[in-house]
Amino acid sequence: MRGIAILAAAAALFTAQDAFAAGNAEAPKSVDWAHEGLFGTYDRAAAQRGMQVYREVCSGCHGLNYIAFRNLTEIGLTEDQAKVVAAEYTIVDGPNDEGEMFERPGKLSDYFPAPFENEKAARAANSGAMPPDLSLIVKARPGFENYLYSLLTGYGEPPENVELMEGMFYNPYFPGHQIAMGEPLGEDAVEYADGTKATVDQLARDVTSFLAWAAEPTMEARKRMGVKVMLFLIIFSVLLYAVKRKVWADQH
Amino acid sequence: MSGFQTNNAVIKWIEYRLPIFSYVNDHLVDYPTPKNLNYWWNFGSLAGVMLVVQIVTGIVLAMHYQPHADLAFASTEHIMRDVNYGWLMRYMHANGGSMFFLAVYIHIFRGIYYGSYKAPREILWWMGIIIFILMMATAFMGYVLPWGQMSFWAATVITNLFSAVPIAGEAIVSWMWGGFSVDNPTLNRFYSLHYLLPFMIFAVVFIHLWALHHRKSNNPLGIDIKGPQDTLPFHPYYTAKDLYGMGVFGVLFAFFLFFAPNYLGHPDNYIPADPLVTPAHIVPEWYFLPFYAILRAIPDKLLGVVAMFASILILFVLPWLDTSKVRSASFRPVYKLLFWAFLVDCIVLGYIGGQPVEGVFIVIGRLATALYFLFFLALPLIGWFEKPKKLPESIAKAVLKEDGGGGGTPEGAAARAEDRG
Ligand code: HEC
Ligand code: HEM
Repeated sequence: MRGIAILAAAAALFTAQDAFAAGNAEAPKSVDWAHEGLFGTYDRAAAQRGMQVYREVCSGCHGLNYIAFRNLTEIGLTEDQAKVVAAEYTIVDGPNDEGEMFERPGKLSDYFPAPFENEKAARAANSGAMPPDLSLIVKARPGFENYLYSLLTGYGEPPENVELMEGMFYNPYFPGHQIAMGEPLGEDAVEYADGTKATVDQLARDVTSFLAWAAEPTMEARKRMGVKVMLFLIIFSVLLYAVKRKVWADQH
Repeated sequence: MSGFQTNNAVIKWIEYRLPIFSYVNDHLVDYPTPKNLNYWWNFGSLAGVMLVVQIVTGIVLAMHYQPHADLAFASTEHIMRDVNYGWLMRYMHANGGSMFFLAVYIHIFRGIYYGSYKAPREILWWMGIIIFILMMATAFMGYVLPWGQMSFWAATVITNLFSAVPIAGEAIVSWMWGGFSVDNPTLNRFYSLHYLLPFMIFAVVFIHLWALHHRKSNNPLGIDIKGPQDTLPFHPYYTAKDLYGMGVFGVLFAFFLFFAPNYLGHPDNYIPADPLVTPAHIVPEWYFLPFYAILRAIPDKLLGVVAMFASILILFVLPWLDTSKVRSASFRPVYKLLFWAFLVDCIVLGYIGGQPVEGVFIVIGRLATALYFLFFLALPLIGWFEKPKKLPESIAKAVLKEDGGGGGTPEGAAARAEDRG
């Protein structure tokens, strides 16, 4: 039908919107993620390795505000393991009965503490740039997982005609190509407990898997429900169509 | 003249005091509906369902949402992460807005194609446009509530439009803001109005349906109902058809909701609002893009705003711009062509609205804007010179003919003379 064809064409047009026109950033590399697709789930092992990367590398500069230690059981840690992770952090609590703030080891209900007291302190430590909180970073950039992976693996020498500003690094995937974050990942930046070789590619994939989970921990529940709801609605629609045919039978 | 009968004493008792059973019977059961409605007539009931979905999910969201500039973003994430099925409510509400607009846009274009705005349905048409305007206001203010970067900057850009008003502009804008920039007072009032307007929409929907049921539905032939042979009782014929439509529409809705819930949104709205950082491109939700394109097509701010409002308000006078007595485009060769051109033009405007104002996009945007208004200006002329095809004598005859039966006769069945105002 003509109307449907036009609607489909319209949908195609809107899809073609060029999200990367901004700041002439290069289109991100395309990676297959385990959590993509109708049935995709987070790769637990990768996410756990990614957590290690976050904790040992990124957390020096970036917060993870929306993730509590109790959430870590969702990527396959046992409650005891999550408690151990929590206890490795020092949390400022209080005031106590004497009115004093005090420090104590983290508990499951605590959230990952921010690396800096406030934005001013964060900027002061990073040549004026603000390292964003990473809880939502995968959903907050066009290109999503692929962008983050490309950014982390995309550092290089600037081409001849590019003059880097003071304290900036060359990365063609970043809008404007100059980023205030130095290349965070290097070969063997962490030592994986499961023996996985810590290449830059591996580290980037793992931390991206972890941050994809952090951005949307409810994705698996959503897809699981989605498959059921879609199946139900499709079967229900077929039945409703049969009912409609039957009702209209005396009219045709 | 209700066909409602009962022997149940309790129902009789109530019915005598409040005729609610005969009312429901007259409007949802016996209600005479043209027998030839096609599937484009499903989108009215679908829009109604989406309004209910928005109100129900919205009320649940409101139980967990915090309308404060410091808390709104975090409370939205709290809904997504910690509230039981909060992600479902939030994604249903965000994508439900899009599905609501999709249904309403198809509903409007259906009306334009089949001449449903013509006598005696002008007031019905007006109520529809009022619903559309209220929906736009509601969705715009709703989009501000999660207080992300796009929320904040869309609010800033759109409220700033009013500064184009001569003399009082600046005063109006700071009155809307409740301060000197978009800030907490703005968020608070938007929340208040976002909660209120859907219920006003609900009320206007009632008037819309009141007018509809008074003069009955138009139909793909655009000719009047001549008698009972042209109609079918709403139940079970159209209840069955509408329910089937809801199932299919539900599949599309569920697909977005469960498998691409952020596809229609913008990544920047997952960055908390920051008055000091302007996003590279400020784009509204897809359903505003055609109007955004018209706004930006005109280099002068005030004229751009005027053109944008005019592009919506002109719909109010459509019944008088179109001078043809024939309703349905099926019998209007020139109008039909123009209709499809208009639809394509609106889609092009939507595309341009999502692009930066530069290079060839400017040229296309201006051309498409001119064509948009040209459509309306051409209507009086077309009604005058176009030679419509022969109209069938009645709905019943046309339906029979389609099934291999009798034939149609020429005269007939345009908007009746006595209906014209
Ligand atoms: C030494 C501090 C430091 C470390 C360690 C660090 N970053 Fe960054 N990061 C920054 C700064 C500063 C910025 C802001 C850059 C800018 O705006 O130019 C940034 C920006 C980012 C961005 C946002 C880019 C954009 O599109 O705006 C991402 C994503 C990111 N970092 C991820 C990571 C990940 C993942 C790690 C760990 C593997 C990491 N960072 C480690 C300092 C750091
Ligand atoms: C005409 C019907 C409605 C439309 C079109 C609509 C549209 C929207 C949109 C587009 C958003 C932003 C969604 C996002 O990006 O997260 C939103 C948010 C919101 N709406 Fe509505 N809405 C409607 C009715 C209602 C009603 C009746 C209520 C309350 C009773 C409500 C409460 C909320 C709340 C609390 C939010 C903020 C939470 C969030 O952002 O998800 N809405 N609305």
